[in-house]
Amino acid sequence: MAVRVQLEDFDLGREVAALTAGRHDIGAIVTFTGTVRGSDKGAPISEMTLEHYPGMTETELERIEAEATARWPLAASLIIHRHGALRPGDNIVLVVTASPHRQAAFEAAEFLMDFLKTRAPFWKKETRMDGSGGWVDAREADDAALDRWQSAKT
Amino acid sequence: MPETPSQSVQLRYFAWVREKMGRAEETVTLPDGVATVSELVGWLRTQGPEYEAAFARPEVVRAAIDQTHVKPTAPLAGAREIAFFPPVTGG
Repeated sequence: MAVRVQLEDFDLGREVAALTAGRHDIGAIVTFTGTVRGSDKGAPISEMTLEHYPGMTETELERIEAEATARWPLAASLIIHRHGALRPGDNIVLVVTASPHRQAAFEAAEFLMDFLKTRAPFWKKETRMDGSGGWVDAREADDAALDRWQSAKT
Repeated sequence: MPETPSQSVQLRYFAWVREKMGRAEETVTLPDGVATVSELVGWLRTQGPEYEAAFARPEVVRAAIDQTHVKPTAPLAGAREIAFFPPVTGG
């Protein structure tokens, strides 16, 4: 179980190899990578800057990971989220979940992303090719995705 | 009845709240009668044009006390750091 908030890029293959090295209790590994799209509502983007709340970000990601670990039998998990100035095509976020069987790994990865998008204190600011730009609005669809897990909680 | 000592808190601002405020943080002493997050927002709005701009639509400003998300009704008692920010957009 680990959480990292960093400026640097990450290497998916290397991260998975390090997370699962020497482990024989894992039968399923799911990874999700979020990347910077080259346009927003048809307008080309030149840069995306991610601001965050140092301290709270790590705490919140650890809470989210602990919640996933309590709900599913995870053998290992990893969340990496970048901040700073990014360009189209750059990696933003990596979620890795590993478990003995695939269902837990799939569900936990989706849960981690849904919670991260609505709870982790990150804010995206776009710069468009024409020089305009601004802070990205939160999406109602992200809140709806979160509600799904809360209504499923018994 | 003993006098309540005045509570000093660190305020932190992020994203467009920070930009509208023109600063990332400051220390304030909570006045009497300000006991919840929404009461603090109500008081801050009277403190100058930058506060008025940042908190013009309080329903879209989120808060955290000591790095934990809270609702507008959350009490400020014991708080050291109070952060204000827009809905998050990471991932």
